[in-house]
Amino acid sequence: MNELAKQPDLTEEVVSIHPIKGLVGINLKEIWRYRELIYFLTWRDLKVRYKQSVLGVLWAILQPLMTMVVFSIFFGGLAHIPSDGIPYPIFSYTALVPWTFFAGALNVSARSMLTSGNMISKIYFPRIIVPFSSIIANLVDFFIAFVILIVMMFVYHIVPTINMLWLPVFLLMSIITAMAVGLWFSALVVMYRDFGYLLGFIATFWQYVSPVIYSASLIPAKWRLLFSLNPMTGVIEGFRWALLGTALDVTPLMFILSGAISVILFVSGMFYFKRMERVFADML
Amino acid sequence: MDKNKVVSVENIGKQYKIFSEVNRYMTLRDKIVETIKSPFKMMLNPTGSETFWALRNISFDVDRGMVLGIIGKNGAGKSTLLKILSRVVEPTEGHAEIRGRVGTLLEVGTGFHPELTGRENIYLNGAILGMKRAEIDRKFDEIVAFSEIEQFLDTPVKRYSSGMYMRLAFSVSAHLEPEILIVDEVLAVGDAEFQKKCLGKMSDVASGGRTVLFVSHNMSAVLRLTNECIILEHGKMVQRARSQEAVDYYLSHDYEQGGERRWNSEEIASATKPFRPILLRVLNQQKVVTDSLRSTEPITVEFEYELEAPITGMRIGIYLATTRGEFVFTSFDTDDTERFNEHSERKSGHYISRCTLPSDLLNEGRYVLGVNASVFKVNSYFSDQNAVIINVNTSGAPGMQWAEPRQGVIRPRFEWEIIRK
Repeated sequence: MNELAKQPDLTEEVVSIHPIKGLVGINLKEIWRYRELIYFLTWRDLKVRYKQSVLGVLWAILQPLMTMVVFSIFFGGLAHIPSDGIPYPIFSYTALVPWTFFAGALNVSARSMLTSGNMISKIYFPRIIVPFSSIIANLVDFFIAFVILIVMMFVYHIVPTINMLWLPVFLLMSIITAMAVGLWFSALVVMYRDFGYLLGFIATFWQYVSPVIYSASLIPAKWRLLFSLNPMTGVIEGFRWALLGTALDVTPLMFILSGAISVILFVSGMFYFKRMERVFADML
Repeated sequence: MDKNKVVSVENIGKQYKIFSEVNRYMTLRDKIVETIKSPFKMMLNPTGSETFWALRNISFDVDRGMVLGIIGKNGAGKSTLLKILSRVVEPTEGHAEIRGRVGTLLEVGTGFHPELTGRENIYLNGAILGMKRAEIDRKFDEIVAFSEIEQFLDTPVKRYSSGMYMRLAFSVSAHLEPEILIVDEVLAVGDAEFQKKCLGKMSDVASGGRTVLFVSHNMSAVLRLTNECIILEHGKMVQRARSQEAVDYYLSHDYEQGGERRWNSEEIASATKPFRPILLRVLNQQKVVTDSLRSTEPITVEFEYELEAPITGMRIGIYLATTRGEFVFTSFDTDDTERFNEHSERKSGHYISRCTLPSDLLNEGRYVLGVNASVFKVNSYFSDQNAVIINVNTSGAPGMQWAEPRQGVIRPRFEWEIIRK
C-alpha cells in the first residue's frame, strides 16, 4: 500500500471539459500517447482471430485465391475479358490483394465500433483507435496475400520492371484509402443503425466500379477521369502497373486524381469521425 | 485554478434526446425522410425529437485527497456526472477542469475478451484503462496475487467462474494509480467476501491521499469511505454536506414514500437475471401498506419477485438499518433449516417472501429497509440497501408515561419483577 500513499506530483496536466462546437482539431499528440492501446487492440484482434479459426493464416490466403480462381474461370476463361496481355489469374489476383484488404477494412472498422460499444460508453480514450487498430490487424492478412502474389509472379515468370520502385507509394495509398473509408463508415454505422445493412451492398457496388474484374483500359478515354474519382481505381491500376508492368494507357493524371481523392477522404474522414466522436457514447 | 482543487465543475449540464421505445436509434432512412419533408425544421431543430436535461447547473469543487460521495436515486444523474468527468460523454453546457490522470472503475471487466487468457486480459484491460505496458509489467504479480487466480492464468477467461472473472477484473482496475479515481457501484456484484475485499481496497486508495469520487447506493459504504457528499435529485444538486449529514438528508428526503418500493424494468440491471425484483412493501397489523408503523404492533414485510429460470440455493434477505447506517438486523427467508431444505431449488415463477417482525421490537425513529437476493458465497443477484424507509412511533409502548426519548435502537417489552424484601 506504500505505493498508493505516494503523493501525486503537482505538475500534472489539466484537462478541460466543455461542449465543443464546430470543427474539432485532431489531437495527434493524444493518439501518440495512446499508441500502446493501438498495439494491444491490434494484438487482441489478431490473437482472437487466429485462436478462433483453425484455418487462421490459411484463411487470409484462401479468400483472395478462391476469388481469383472463380474470376479466372468465369470472367477470364468464359467471358474472355481482356486483361492487358497478362494471364488473367495473376491479372485479377493483383487487383484482389488490395481489394480484399479494402473491402475487409470497411467491414471490420464498421463492426469494431459496435463490438467495442461497451468500452466506448464506459472509458475515455481517443475513439479513432478502434477502427484504426482493426484495420492494422487486417494488414497482416494483406501482407500474407501479398507474399502469395510474389510467388505467383515467379510461377507466371513475370519479371518486375523499374516500376516496382513505385510500389510503396501504392501500398501507402491503399492503406490510406482503406482507413479513409473505414473512418467514414465506422462513424456512420454508429450514427445511423441502418447503415450497417448497406455495407454489404456498398462493398459489392464499389467492386463493380473498380477495375478488379476488368482493366481500366476498357473504359473509354473520355470517361477515364470520372472513373478515377474512385480512389480504388488508382490503387488497383497502380498495383498492376508497378508489379505486372501493364502498358499504361492510364495517364498519371488519373493516379494523381485517385490519390488526391483518397487523401481528401482520409482527412475529411478524420474530421467527421472526430466531430461525431463526442456523441458516440450517447449513441451506443 | 487553485492548485489544490483537483476537480472543479461549473454549471455542467447534459441534455438527452428522448427516443421512443420502438425507435431507439436514429436511422439514415429517418434522417433522409425528415430532411426531405421539412428542411427548415431540420435546420432549426436538427434532431426533431424531444429533449430532457439529465443534469443541470451542477457546480462543485473537490480538493486534493478528498473522498467525495455522490448519492441520489436511480436516474438522478449520478452516472451521467461521472461519465462527463471521465470524458466518456460530453456535457451540453458548462465547464469542468480536472487536474491529473483520471482512472475509472465504472463497470469492472470492460474490454475483457472471453477468448483470451487471464494473463492476456490483464495486459489488454490495463491498456484500456490507460496503463502503460511497463506499469502493468511492474504490477503484474501484485494483480495476480490480489485476484487469487494464479493457476488459471493461462486459461481463457470464458472458462472462469463469474467469481474468478470479477476478481481478476477488479484486481486490474484496483491497481490503476490515477490521481483521481472515479468509482461507480463496482461493489454491486460478487459474493459478500469479495465485496468486503473491494471495500478494503477502496479505503486503502482513499486513505492513500488520492482524490476519489464515489457513487454508491450503499449508505454504510458511503459513510465509511467518504468525507463529504453531494446529493443529486432529478439532475440537480440539492445539497453538499458532510457525509453523515448528507446521508441523513438523503434518507429522509429521497425515498419512495408510503412504505412501498416498486422496481420498473429500466431500473434493473441485466446482471440480476434470471432474478427480477417486483415490489417490496411494509404492512401494518391491519394489512394496510404504510410507512408509519406502531412499535406495539407486528410489522409485515413482503417482497415480491420473479424467477425467469430456477436458481439453486437462493435466499432472500432483508436488512434493517438506522438512518445512521448501523444495522439492526439481517434475516433470510431460508434461515429455518426446514424451509432451507424445502426450498433448496427455487423453480422459475412468481414468488412472495413474507416476514413478520414481532411487536415491541423497534424504538421510535426512522429505519431503512433493504433487500437482497443471493446464493451464499456464489452470487448476489440483486441488492437494494435502501428500498423502503419506515417511521416507527412508540405510542402505547412501554414507558410512555415519561415523555422522553429512549436510548437504543430497540424498545422491547421485558418482564420486570419488583420484589420487596
